Amino acid sequence: MTADRRATRQQRVASLRHGTVVDHLSPGMALKALEMLGVPSEGAALLGIHLTSEKMGRKDILKLENVEISAEQIEKLALFGPNASVVFIRDYEVVRKVQVELPDRIHGVLRCRNPSCITNHDRVPTYFDVTQRAPTMVRCAHCERRMGEHEFELL
Amino acid sequence: MTETWTDAERELANRMRGADIISVRQFTAPDLGTLLQIVERFETVTSPVLQGKVLGALFFEPSTRTRLSFESAMVRLGGGCIGFADAGISSAAKGESLPDTIRIVESYCDIIVIRHPREGAGRAAADAAEKPVINGGDGSNQHPTQTLLDLYTIRRRMGTVAGLRVGFVGDLKYGRAAHSLIEALAMLGNELVLVSPESLRLPPRQREDLDALGGVWSETPDLASVVPGLDVLYVTRIQRERFGDPLDYERVKDVYQVDEATIAPSRDGLIVMHPLPRVLEIHPSVDASPKAAYFEQAANGVTVRKTLLSLLLGVTP
Repeated sequence: MTADRRATRQQRVASLRHGTVVDHLSPGMALKALEMLGVPSEGAALLGIHLTSEKMGRKDILKLENVEISAEQIEKLALFGPNASVVFIRDYEVVRKVQVELPDRIHGVLRCRNPSCITNHDRVPTYFDVTQRAPTMVRCAHCERRMGEHEFELL
Repeated sequence: MTETWTDAERELANRMRGADIISVRQFTAPDLGTLLQIVERFETVTSPVLQGKVLGALFFEPSTRTRLSFESAMVRLGGGCIGFADAGISSAAKGESLPDTIRIVESYCDIIVIRHPREGAGRAAADAAEKPVINGGDGSNQHPTQTLLDLYTIRRRMGTVAGLRVGFVGDLKYGRAAHSLIEALAMLGNELVLVSPESLRLPPRQREDLDALGGVWSETPDLASVVPGLDVLYVTRIQRERFGDPLDYERVKDVYQVDEATIAPSRDGLIVMHPLPRVLEIHPSVDASPKAAYFEQAANGVTVRKTLLSLLLGVTP
């Protein structure tokens, strides 16, 4: 990375002392990822939306101060960016980097968009089968309706 | 049941023991072919192989054919039935959740069939139950046993399902019988011709599914132009109960009426099918035609359901 580009990046997204960085989220997905993870109770949340990316053209990025997200949350993050990576930071140093991996089946997290789906009317937990990766498509295991990532609604 | 079962039939029967039937999607194309072969074997089965077994028939939505043919299938094989035909008399009316209702009912029976107005109710019931569950129709989503009896009717009348060009006419937006069968035929590689008014065309998600299955299909509002090229004409009822606005229903309710003149230019071997009940869409004058297969379809429903009940309960003659 050139010094100029590094400077540009630093201007856009400030660095964290302690916390988690979620990089390479699909463009436009940072808000949904934040909604899923929750706003940090003791720290800042920084969002970068539609940033230029060599790898993806455009990407979103999310930085959460003083938060270490769980393995379960990492799995769910794949819904918002099948190529996303999660970086844990302590004292400005990267201590661990994890590449998200979209499982074949997603339990909970998402609401089915079909108003006639049983999961929107009864005490029935949702689960979705991943039918396509990059861009992500899922199918409700109940009503079989398919949803793309821009249609995702959180429970 | 004199002839020995093939290896494929035995293997499928083993896999279906204790399983659920929720969606045509759960079958592969070869499985569908094998299953239809097994159904043919059940044509002659009348022995009480299901004696002592109880079917729980939970109909949260009205049904005549599906419910009665399941009950008939069960009784003809020596089993018994319990259940309800109206959600108003079930505990659902008191606010009981569907999974709770299922857990209670399964302690009274060996296998459950459920019809429910909400899409995905079959899956939810199957997830709640230890015992086999059959989806008898969930909203406008799936009706897999109807699809199997439709496929069986085509095979019985035409000798095969392979290579036939199948036309669907009527409500392709809400009709679950059509949705399930369209999907199954696309899986089997049949060419499909979809005929409907603009407002009742196949919904985008089903179109995408058809394309994803590599389906060969075309679409037109003009029934007359496609009849001569069809092997099967599957007519569906335009369902008043699925329309939010009665005016929308009035606009399209009698757009298509299949009568003798409609099918006159067809191939000799054409069959006309309908999941029934029909209202205006097939004129009674067609009933006497050798092309009419819809009453036979209803009769085949019993054979298909006898087969499924036996396979899921692990009892094969």
